[in-house]
Amino acid sequence: MSGSTRLENANPLIFERSLERVVTAEEEDESLADPIDDREIFDLIRSINDPEHPLSLEELNVVEQVRVRVNDPESAVSVEFTPTIPHCSMATLIGLSIKVKLLRSLPHRFKIDVHITPGTHASEEAVNKQLADKERVAAALENSQLLEVVNQCLSSRTA
Amino acid sequence: MATDGAVPLPGLVEEFVAGQQDGGAAAAAAGVKAGNFTILQLVEALGPTLTSSQSQTRARGIQLLSHVLSECSGRLSEKEVEVLVAFYENRLKDDYVVTPHVLHGIKALTKSPAWPPGLAISVLKSLFQDVHVQSLMLLERSCIYTILINLMELKEEELKGLGADFVFGFVQAMDGERDPRNLLLAFQIARNILHRGYELGSFTEELFEVTSCYFPIDFSPPPNDPHGITQQELILALRAVLTGTVCFAEFLLPLVIEKLDSDIQSAKLDSLQTLAACASMYGYRELKEFLPGLWSSLRREVFQTASEKVESAGLSSLRAITSCLSRSILSSDGDDALRVFLDLIIQDCRHHLCEPDLKLVWPSAKLLQAAASASYRASHIIAGAVIPQLMEQYNNQTQCAQRRTLLDVLQGFVQPAQDGVPAVAEESVLCGFREPLCEVVFSALSETNAGLQVTASRILSSLGQQPGLLSTSHVELAVDHLRRLILEEEDTQVCPAVLECSGSLAPLYPDVFASAMIPQLKAEIFSEPMLRDNGQEAVHTSSQHVVRQRCMTALAAVSCHPTLVQQTAPVLLQVLSSSHTDVSFSIGSGLFSTDDIIAACRSLQQIAEQVQYAEETGCFFHDVIIPHLLGLTVQAGLQCDNQDSIPPQSPLTEEAILLAIVPVLSTACAHLQSELAALTASRVVSLFLDGDTVFLPGNNLPLQPQLFQKASSSCSGSQLVCLLMACVCSMPKSVEIPQVDRLLSELEELSCTSTHPFSFTLAAKCFAGLINKRSAGQALDLVLERTIKRITSELDCMSSSLRTQALTLLLWVAKALLIRYHPLATTLTDKIFSLLMDPELAPLAADGFSLLMSDSVDVLNRACHADFRIMYRQRFFTENSAKLVEGFNSAEKEMKSGYLKALSHIVNNLPRQVQLTELPALLPLLLEALSCPDQAVQLSTLSCLHPVLLDPPASPALAPQLDGLIFRLLGLTTSPAMKVRIATLRCLHALARFPDHMILPFRARVLRALATPLDDHKRLVRREAVAARGEWFLLGSPGR
Repeated sequence: MSGSTRLENANPLIFERSLERVVTAEEEDESLADPIDDREIFDLIRSINDPEHPLSLEELNVVEQVRVRVNDPESAVSVEFTPTIPHCSMATLIGLSIKVKLLRSLPHRFKIDVHITPGTHASEEAVNKQLADKERVAAALENSQLLEVVNQCLSSRTA
Repeated sequence: MATDGAVPLPGLVEEFVAGQQDGGAAAAAAGVKAGNFTILQLVEALGPTLTSSQSQTRARGIQLLSHVLSECSGRLSEKEVEVLVAFYENRLKDDYVVTPHVLHGIKALTKSPAWPPGLAISVLKSLFQDVHVQSLMLLERSCIYTILINLMELKEEELKGLGADFVFGFVQAMDGERDPRNLLLAFQIARNILHRGYELGSFTEELFEVTSCYFPIDFSPPPNDPHGITQQELILALRAVLTGTVCFAEFLLPLVIEKLDSDIQSAKLDSLQTLAACASMYGYRELKEFLPGLWSSLRREVFQTASEKVESAGLSSLRAITSCLSRSILSSDGDDALRVFLDLIIQDCRHHLCEPDLKLVWPSAKLLQAAASASYRASHIIAGAVIPQLMEQYNNQTQCAQRRTLLDVLQGFVQPAQDGVPAVAEESVLCGFREPLCEVVFSALSETNAGLQVTASRILSSLGQQPGLLSTSHVELAVDHLRRLILEEEDTQVCPAVLECSGSLAPLYPDVFASAMIPQLKAEIFSEPMLRDNGQEAVHTSSQHVVRQRCMTALAAVSCHPTLVQQTAPVLLQVLSSSHTDVSFSIGSGLFSTDDIIAACRSLQQIAEQVQYAEETGCFFHDVIIPHLLGLTVQAGLQCDNQDSIPPQSPLTEEAILLAIVPVLSTACAHLQSELAALTASRVVSLFLDGDTVFLPGNNLPLQPQLFQKASSSCSGSQLVCLLMACVCSMPKSVEIPQVDRLLSELEELSCTSTHPFSFTLAAKCFAGLINKRSAGQALDLVLERTIKRITSELDCMSSSLRTQALTLLLWVAKALLIRYHPLATTLTDKIFSLLMDPELAPLAADGFSLLMSDSVDVLNRACHADFRIMYRQRFFTENSAKLVEGFNSAEKEMKSGYLKALSHIVNNLPRQVQLTELPALLPLLLEALSCPDQAVQLSTLSCLHPVLLDPPASPALAPQLDGLIFRLLGLTTSPAMKVRIATLRCLHALARFPDHMILPFRARVLRALATPLDDHKRLVRREAVAARGEWFLLGSPGR
């Protein structure tokens, strides 16, 4: 109704947040090892803020647990994300935020693959290529303006 | 001229005026106060100065006079005031250099109570005429406002006689004021004008303009503000003016609507709050014209806002407007204002409730609920329009999530609001819908979706709270549903919701619960285990135990009515007694597991807590429950004593179960009326001392059992001392314990000689509990002297096998004395300090400090009516921290860890403020404790560092030690203990909030070190590592 801010998708559908992971007895037992599983990776990325809404990626259904796959023994993670609309110009930025979050939060041994859910974005291939290119990701993070936006997405909600 | 004073008056004047010495003023004032000379003499002495042709000299003269007046205004006579005021009024026409001092003089004079009539008006006229306020300096403007305020206090009637001229003069005076201090004064004057009924005349709009131009207030105080004026203060002062009169309505409402469009959050908030404030005093006439505009602004704010504050302010404005309209009187010809306005709201909101995606359903519902909560009539109109529609929607929807949302919305409408409560003759708004509503609720309760069940049970309890809504058949049906859910539902959200609902309905409909809930739960609890197919062996599936325990919790939840308690508590007692008798007669496990029995005890305890103030149930506890419980446990204890080696043992001798029975007894005893308490105390004491079992039910007790016997067996009557403790240590202090000295010596004997840890610890606790409540005097001193002697000799004898017992008793007695500030406490705690050097007992003594400093659950706490000073921890710390530090420094290397442990226990239990102030002194020692290999010490140190690190003011105190702290923390991230790693990572996370300049140098090192715990084998550790590392990454980079 007030047209002062122009959002690409001004009124997105909001999805329910999943509950906090319940701590199990095995997790409290010192002697057992807990492998890194899908839910753990999902927990890392679900609270990332959307660049244009005061909502998390989970609430916008950009990331879902079923689209996260991890193989702990082989040190591989694959995350698919779904932009809210097919022409979303934020897709690269969202992908970059997910990638950076995983780079900061996972052990070095992991190979991290972040890409768009097939068939959900107009320039899917181009974005995937950018996200897969190590040098381009590194260069993007040298850009202080870009880094600022990424950090804002990653900073905790209360801040 | 009188020259009695030390300095002659002309000299003073000369010194002040010509010599420019400010000290003369104070001396002159002191002279007048002391009566050395009069004001008249002063004026005479000032004569030449005041008539000087030099304006500077005149100014100086008036300054002296004004100063003296400001000190002595109270002692002026009416005649003096009249002359002086006339003089000052005349001086207002003088040079601009003189004016400031004149104003100060008038201000001083307005403080004098002796004002002759008529003066005020002439002063004000001259002020408004001769002074241009806004060209004066800050202080002089403030003078003018103070003069006005003083005169308004002093001469209200006269000022009102000035008519609208006064308002006009004030408006001109404050027009353009910029200083917040003066604004506060000006707003005060304006508020007085409005509240005290000064005539506004044709200047209403002018007064509004001159104040409303500051709305909404945007003010941020300068750093290190010495005046302490906050934006909130200004906002409230201005709001009081703007909402001070209905005459402003036609100007204020358009202004509010305009400011609501603002993009600034605080402006919106202020506008909404102002609107709510003025709506509560306006009537329909004032609001009429602006209602559509106000509604559309409010709707926009609630629909679109991202801020909860704005939303709730908007809702309360809407509520205020609606309640204003509800108050307005219906005119016979015109429309019903409230109905017209509500129709507008309903029309705008209703369709959002039916849209399939339910996007705006919450804001619409909140708006409707806010309006409905304003008055009974409003809630009637809105409920009539909305509730049928919601129910229809609910019945048509098929998706669970959406049905849940609709049900949640419905719950908001069903909840009884304070003002929506019907008057005596009116029936509840919901009466018309009770059939369909109950249908919806019951159908939702039978769904399988947890969310629906939870919300439905909440609606059910709100319906139950409103008298006359549920018919008997509804209640019966509801109880059936609740019972079914208690028996069948395992969901972690549904169970508590169902129990809460049962608990809120039970006191309202006790008969239904007594007939349709309790017997069935009882049957379920005592149901025999299902037989296997071969019919041979009974099996207890774990789910059966879960159901049984849930039934017992439910019994406790519904026991909020005396008649219900008398039905439920015996069921739980029966669980205990049958678990006891079962074993006595048949070999093999009984019907109830240990967990079942503990659950029964918990439920009994909960009942004891719930009914604490009902006299009837107090008697019931005294007559039935306490004797039964005691009887059962004593019987069990003695039986197994008699047939020592023959299994089976009654489960009521297990320590875990005894420890569960203790809180039941102590809660029950703590809430007994004093006569019953005294009776119980004497019965229990004679049971333990003399074996008097008359009051216990059950007929197979041996005569005169010796309950204090020192059997070495682990299953012995001596264990039962916990029952003694539960009863006698929780009595109110006014209850006299009979034969207390004999009791104390028996307890001392038991605690010093028993070899059974449970028995001697409990005996020590019981001893301490009694000592704590014993009134000071010779008797107490004698007991203490004897006990201390015994403890000391036991501890000093290094070969004794009973040193642990002596230490335990020492710790508990020390605690009992420490918390009541008894002078002997220091002797005992010093003894404990010295034991930190003891090769054998040092670890126990160090852990003992945690016992001293923390609250114990079953004795020596407030619930047990102990003599308890809240500040004892701080006091202990201040008295003893030096000893600890000294002891640590002088101790040998291998003994140091005991001191560190003791220190971390003490610091851990201190209140946060004390921790913060003591931190700098203790930090080196705490860092030392981090390097101590004992994991318990590390953990306890980390847990006391963490809250300190979270508190921003701690950072300066930590600065010099930061290097060492981070170094040690990073080392601990690879500790073998998971809890230490987690606590360490939390501390590192907290450190990331420190000021950048302090921690930036460590960023690279911390990030590198935190990469290791990211690959920790425990998930909980990884979670903390991710949080901490993420925060350190953000440090010093843009967009934090």
